[in-house]
Amino acid sequence: MSVTAALPDAVRFRPLVVRRRGFAARHPRIMVAAVLLLVLTSLAVFAPLITQYDPQALAVTQRLRPPSWQHLFGTDAYGRDTFSRTIHGGRISILIGVSVAVISAVIGTMIGLVGGVVRWLDPMVMRISDGLMSIPAILLAIALMSLTRASVGTVIVAITIPEVPRVIRLVRALVLTVREQTYVQAAVSSGTRMPRLLLRHILPNTLTPLIVQSTYICASAVLLEAYLGFLGAGPPPEVPSWGNMIAENRTFVQLAIWNVMFPGGFLAMLVLAVNMLGDGVRDLLDPRLAGRLR
Amino acid sequence: MLAGGGVAPVFDAAPLPGPLLEVKDLRKFYGVGRGLWPRRAAATVRAVDGVSFTLCRGETLGLVGESGCGKSTAGKALMRLIEPTSGSVRLDGVEVTTLGSAALHVARRTMQAVFQDPYSSLNPKMTAGTLVGEPLVNYGIGSAAERRARVEDLFDRVGLRADDMAKYPHEFSGGQRQRLGIARALAPGPALVVGDEPVSALDVSVQAQVINLLVRLQAEFGLAYLFIAHDLAVVRHISDRVAVMYLGRIVEIAPTATLFARPAHPYTRALLDAIPVPDPRRRRRRDVLPGEVPSPLNPPSGCHFHPRCPIARERCRVDDPALRPLEAGHAVACHYAEEVLP
Amino acid sequence: MAELRLGSVALVEPAALRVEDLRTHFLTSDGIARAVDGVSYHVGRGETLGVVGESGCGKSVTALSIMRLIPDPPGRIVAGRVLLHGRDLLALDEAAMRRVRGNEIGMIFQEPMSSLNPVLTVGRQIEEVVALHGRLSAREAAERAVEMLRLVHIPEPARRAGEYPHQLSGGMRQRVMIAMALSCNPGVLIADEPTTALDVTIQAQVLTLMQDLQERTGTAIVLITHDLGVIAECADRVAVMYAGKKVEDAPVQALFDNPLHPYTRGLMASMPRLDTPLGSVRGTLPEIPGTVPRLSRLPEGCRFAPRCPLAVPQCREEPPLLEYAPGHAAACWRAGE
Repeated sequence: MSVTAALPDAVRFRPLVVRRRGFAARHPRIMVAAVLLLVLTSLAVFAPLITQYDPQALAVTQRLRPPSWQHLFGTDAYGRDTFSRTIHGGRISILIGVSVAVISAVIGTMIGLVGGVVRWLDPMVMRISDGLMSIPAILLAIALMSLTRASVGTVIVAITIPEVPRVIRLVRALVLTVREQTYVQAAVSSGTRMPRLLLRHILPNTLTPLIVQSTYICASAVLLEAYLGFLGAGPPPEVPSWGNMIAENRTFVQLAIWNVMFPGGFLAMLVLAVNMLGDGVRDLLDPRLAGRLR
Repeated sequence: MLAGGGVAPVFDAAPLPGPLLEVKDLRKFYGVGRGLWPRRAAATVRAVDGVSFTLCRGETLGLVGESGCGKSTAGKALMRLIEPTSGSVRLDGVEVTTLGSAALHVARRTMQAVFQDPYSSLNPKMTAGTLVGEPLVNYGIGSAAERRARVEDLFDRVGLRADDMAKYPHEFSGGQRQRLGIARALAPGPALVVGDEPVSALDVSVQAQVINLLVRLQAEFGLAYLFIAHDLAVVRHISDRVAVMYLGRIVEIAPTATLFARPAHPYTRALLDAIPVPDPRRRRRRDVLPGEVPSPLNPPSGCHFHPRCPIARERCRVDDPALRPLEAGHAVACHYAEEVLP
Repeated sequence: MAELRLGSVALVEPAALRVEDLRTHFLTSDGIARAVDGVSYHVGRGETLGVVGESGCGKSVTALSIMRLIPDPPGRIVAGRVLLHGRDLLALDEAAMRRVRGNEIGMIFQEPMSSLNPVLTVGRQIEEVVALHGRLSAREAAERAVEMLRLVHIPEPARRAGEYPHQLSGGMRQRVMIAMALSCNPGVLIADEPTTALDVTIQAQVLTLMQDLQERTGTAIVLITHDLGVIAECADRVAVMYAGKKVEDAPVQALFDNPLHPYTRGLMASMPRLDTPLGSVRGTLPEIPGTVPRLSRLPEGCRFAPRCPLAVPQCREEPPLLEYAPGHAAACWRAGE
């Protein structure tokens, strides 16, 4: 017999206590992510109002200055203000991230719905998306960029194309599951025809994982754009994207680390914030999915 | 469309003579595994293997059997929720199995379903009112205001409140969800309702409520029910006739009183024997039916029941008995049924 | 023709398992759900206690509490005693409790497919239980596994021991569960809805098997079910539960002859039966109106009062469990009216 047998009831039985905590306390991840995103987005959106320096303005007398009160993040090799360039770069990154997420979600959902519902088209859809997925996204993006002139628009297209297969797979898998649900059979027996079936029954029940996946795609797109910029296959060099900035200032990294550190740091923060938001929303909307998605 | 907000069967204007539903030789086979050639299955599961019965207006036919007997598959096949492999299903004289999608859409209005699982048979993202009103939208019945009135009426008839219409399915209990399913089935004014284990997933006390509701609605609207279930006591209560299925076939079909008082097929007798009666005095060491239901991939030769049958003879191993009439309205698929009768 | 089973051995023997005032609560987003709220029952050697109730009544949670398998969070046993041959299981530390589970108390569950490990052969799973508790060698454990399979009437037990759960039918898997639960000769077996998921002919086989084994080994069985037919068939005594409390406790014959609590009566009346006469007009089944209350929002006083046809203002005060006849107790101010 163990010692606990001798303990009185009050010690053996710990009572259950209800502790009411607010939304913020129960979902710390979403709060942190939301705050971070709010800060970054505000900086990006209000960039022209925040800084008086034109991100493209050269000032050869002010080259490679370290951070100071006049130049919060210092200057780069051409004397351009790094703070200004960084927050303007944020605009590019956020624009690209959101555009890719939205466009790939829309296209991927349409194709995924078709693949999941029209059985004879399904193998073709899957083989094409498998084929696209087997090429590393960065290589595919570089290849696509090499075919056209560099601009923010073409970068968006080049990044969207490798991301679409991920959405197709997800939506198709979800559609296949939802299709077997009893409520879909019930809708069919109630006389519901395919368009309404897709729109009112199948699609709404695929939305939750889709939203979560879109946030991950946004993060991935932001990173991809930075890689492309770093490799010189991204937006044109005068555009102050973070990838471009890191690439340009690579050679001066020992002299002026701030020119690499700030864009890199912001990049990391944005990707982190988006990923955290995705995790948090996933757990919020369907706790059973936690740990299974991706 | 009826004035007065009542929900009546669609074909009430001039009901055709003859039974409402005539099923003949319904079969549903599934190919399993892959043979050498692509598209050729290695084996066939004969889930439904020649089921025939008729159902008249206002009548309830109970379709019972244990798991794997094919009763749910038969129900879905006759509604063309799954496509039958062969056979004929005539709904009010119209052959349903060969209808194109437009004509099938019209036919479906007469034939509605209530499903077993109250949790998965309602779309979690739609409100109760939208769910119940969906058949009305599908068939273009009435204006939006008329539809709303109709849905309110249906809610009332199944014992739910009008302000429940804005709620989502997860806000209802199992029994209430099943009521929603019933209301949805009644919305387009069907003549036939196929219930696929409609009360099996409910608690005993809720079961009674829903059974009473179904009986009441049947009287109110003159509905015919095909009541698929495994609980014989429930089936006995609600059915006019009962068909017993085993391994994809009907082995006995009879009026309810006859089936329960004088079961002719050895399987029916075994089934009735096996049900525990809530009376401790009737407790006895029964002759328990041995063995298990054979795999539908490899059914026994001759009569499918012969390996477990207490009166099986040589002929049963070889000769597959067809469903033959025994007395008025009572048919059985057994060579020696007469010996079993008391 | 009818053969009455002998029971009630427990009247002479001390209880093999005695649950006293057990309380298990769960923390939910809705508040505290008092799933088991002061439940007491006992079962003696060779006896079968039927625990009957609908979903949400706490019968399964009681069983899991006895086995101390309640996940914490969100649940917790907050009071009570569980005496196994006089020893309080709730006072043991986890290591001692592990030696009890499977060894002195066996448990079988409703869904045999999810209770068996799909990647181990059934023989191996029985061997594991035996090896955990005994001092048998590997070969002896394997032999014992085959012996247990034979005991539960699985044909060709040696061959079947090498098969995986998915290769067996539902009835056979349940027999394997019984074999596992009985492999160490426990004094008490808790069967939580053991036949609910089975076909009725297979249910008959499994119930007969359990009764045979009980006669042979003298195991006390706690049979949890919602099916009053199964209770009538197998139980010696019955405890009826509702919303976390025991509302009636009686020998089985007394319960069916003279149910005292309105809930028990309502339950019995609302079940369609095979032995009632069929009228020419389909009758209405007597209903219990309303639904089971949410365990986090229980009414004051008697929990059944909102649905009870006999409710009176006094029911706002919770009725105590009182004995109205030898061995027959009910918790109702108007018991037996």
